[in-house]
Amino acid sequence: MTESESKALQSKEKVTLNIAEQTKPGVVFTPAVDIFETDKELTLLADMPGVKSENLNIGINKNVLTMSGEVEPPEGENETDVLMEYETGKYFREFTLSNEIDQGKIDAVLKDGVLRLTLPKVEAVTPRKIAVKTA
Amino acid sequence: MIFRRVGNWPAFYWRTPFGELERLKRQMDLLNEGISGGLFREPSAGVFPLMNVTEDKDSYFVRAELPGIKSNDLDISVTGDTLSISGERKISEEKGDVKYHRREREAGKFSRIISLPSQINTGKVEAKCLDGLLSIILPKAEAAKQKQIVVKAS
Repeated sequence: MTESESKALQSKEKVTLNIAEQTKPGVVFTPAVDIFETDKELTLLADMPGVKSENLNIGINKNVLTMSGEVEPPEGENETDVLMEYETGKYFREFTLSNEIDQGKIDAVLKDGVLRLTLPKVEAVTPRKIAVKTA
Repeated sequence: MIFRRVGNWPAFYWRTPFGELERLKRQMDLLNEGISGGLFREPSAGVFPLMNVTEDKDSYFVRAELPGIKSNDLDISVTGDTLSISGERKISEEKGDVKYHRREREAGKFSRIISLPSQINTGKVEAKCLDGLLSIILPKAEAAKQKQIVVKAS
């Protein structure tokens, strides 16, 4: 199958995570992420459907990037369940960042349930091309 | 596949009050899949997107998690008592020279048809997509609504 050909999407169970120090009841999921890098920055994309921007927390503590998002149950009060195939809960994931990330310039955008985090690299680390002048 | 309430059968598949049990069962299924190659797997799984269906006395509510899918990439239609959703999840190619460290998100086409337990009023169906969560409100047809019958005292 070629890369450009669109394949059929398979449903996947959300990956649950066990955090020992949970004080709130509920399920915790690890969101699926894409991480890629260019010379200037590292970008992270995470699927967090149902998370509103005010319920999303992104923090950095000693090179550890933490993302967590709460999902409010979308069901109304008077609704009874007919078919339940997925659950909602909290999303949580952590990544260790290398020193080369400029932690003051991290940018986060949440759109349609996808979080896009842009982590710029520190100036000094971006490879610089040195032009050789002819004398 | 939808689990309908048939006659007076006990509602084992309803989440309340067996929510925790249901989750356990699903996790057991996952384990089974590892051992037996998915023999015990429910046929409902494997079709994207996973859906939650709820009802109140006037409508059905269908919800599905579709992160990063734009509403114009979605095609939703209703007939009688069936709802069909199809579309494509596109993940745009990143410009320039990028090196991937992780690629867990998937793109592709999907389509799914579910049949609801009763007829719906197809003219008044509403759908919205917010924060990657698709929710469709399907009002029940007049004939399918529950009617309260008052018992008169003689």
